[in-house]
Amino acid sequence: MSYDAEPIPLHTRRARFDPAGELRRLSAQGPVTRVSLAPGPGDRPLWLVTGYQEVRQVLGDQARFSTGRRFGPRTPAGGHDGHRPDDGIGLLMDYDPPEHTRLRRMLTPEFTVRRMRRLQPRIEALVTECLDTMERAGPPADLVELFASAIPGPVLCELIGVPRDDRGDFLRRCHAHLGTGRGRQERTAAGSAFTRYLAALVARQRKDPDHGFLGTLVRDHGPEFTDKELRGICVLLMLAGLDNISGMLGLGALALLENPGQLAVVRDDPEAMDRAVEELLRYLSVPHAPTPRTAVEDVTLGGKLIRAGETLVCSIPMANRDPALIAEPDRLDVTREPVPHVAFGHGIHHCLGAALARMELRIAYTALLRRFPALRLATPAEDVVFRVRSTAYGVERLPVAW
Amino acid sequence: MEVRVDRDRCAGSGLCVSYAPEVFDQSEDDGKVLLKEPLPGTGAAGAVRAMAARCPTGAITVHGHGHAHGHGHGEPAAPREPSEAV
Repeated sequence: MSYDAEPIPLHTRRARFDPAGELRRLSAQGPVTRVSLAPGPGDRPLWLVTGYQEVRQVLGDQARFSTGRRFGPRTPAGGHDGHRPDDGIGLLMDYDPPEHTRLRRMLTPEFTVRRMRRLQPRIEALVTECLDTMERAGPPADLVELFASAIPGPVLCELIGVPRDDRGDFLRRCHAHLGTGRGRQERTAAGSAFTRYLAALVARQRKDPDHGFLGTLVRDHGPEFTDKELRGICVLLMLAGLDNISGMLGLGALALLENPGQLAVVRDDPEAMDRAVEELLRYLSVPHAPTPRTAVEDVTLGGKLIRAGETLVCSIPMANRDPALIAEPDRLDVTREPVPHVAFGHGIHHCLGAALARMELRIAYTALLRRFPALRLATPAEDVVFRVRSTAYGVERLPVAW
Repeated sequence: MEVRVDRDRCAGSGLCVSYAPEVFDQSEDDGKVLLKEPLPGTGAAGAVRAMAARCPTGAITVHGHGHAHGHGHGEPAAPREPSEAV
């Protein structure tokens, strides 16, 4: 069976901006349901959590809902265990306390609002470059190629400290490594080149640390990280920061273009953008689900008995469309008072880069609408192709004119 | 209104610092919340209650004036998850 013929897992199915009808029908049966995500050989039923309160309950209770447990019942995480695969070392979302606490404590100060604001001029410059390219290309242009997918990679390179000359190769290998549309062999080859580059970057920073993210980590906590952990943390940043941001930028632009009144609100009042970003994060919910949880003990959730060892998948789009969170959840309203949505997760694994993501989205949407105030779709809305085979929802292409 | 923060719970999202900088700060050392103003005036009350509700780890609580913990403007209260200091 070719890759494209494989069924799309239930929890990632959508209907344009909305969660798919089958997900809604499932949640009508209750906030927690036993399902098979992709019926076929080898697929095992698990628990799909669609209620807002229940999702918060699971994500907020790391003592009973583990992300690291699938690597072994009593395995200490990190560089010292025998179970965790090499390429999983440093991926923070797969760690439980106390190892999670150890790593997260060292990383959190690198992602403060203040620290991220220092990146603001660089991000603004990168966004300007992308818009210049798009303007030069002239209409019609693909907003995904020239804007949504063009911004996140260089921003992450800026953060991690990948030199400008290396970025093209680095991002190509990274896309090939993380990309889901390729065969395993091709991914593995690209992956080894990608991780070799990161290992060399880590080694250089160990020897001669600069004032960027890796250099600061090495200077402040050098002996407390293994090289594999540092390398893994870089992979994690790429994993978290590429598809999620490109998805938000492309899909967010489409949502605004289909709602000209709302587009006008944010275009004409830059002060309105912070709220708009929060509402787009909630309404679009591009990450389908955070890392699956494993129940550590028997626990009752949403009226269902979850047995120790069983797996739970939390639906972000369903939780963020729950009337328990917000009135009229299916209506996009960029002027809403922000609500505690779970687009960045919840609890100890709450997105480390949330402040960066918010700033990046605000800068990019604002600059796009300022540069092209008359931006419009250059294709019928029903012809827009959505990106379904990815860890984050988005659009494949978005032809626009101005 | 009295604001309390639980630094053990804080995950350093920085939301509170962005929206209510007169009340909250974020430590340069560990990235966690710092309380600048434990007794904010009525002008900041709405923003602070909203932050208590939106905090991703329930690290901010609001006390006094007959309100329960963490209520925003008719928004769901941040439920107190079983505690695990992280």
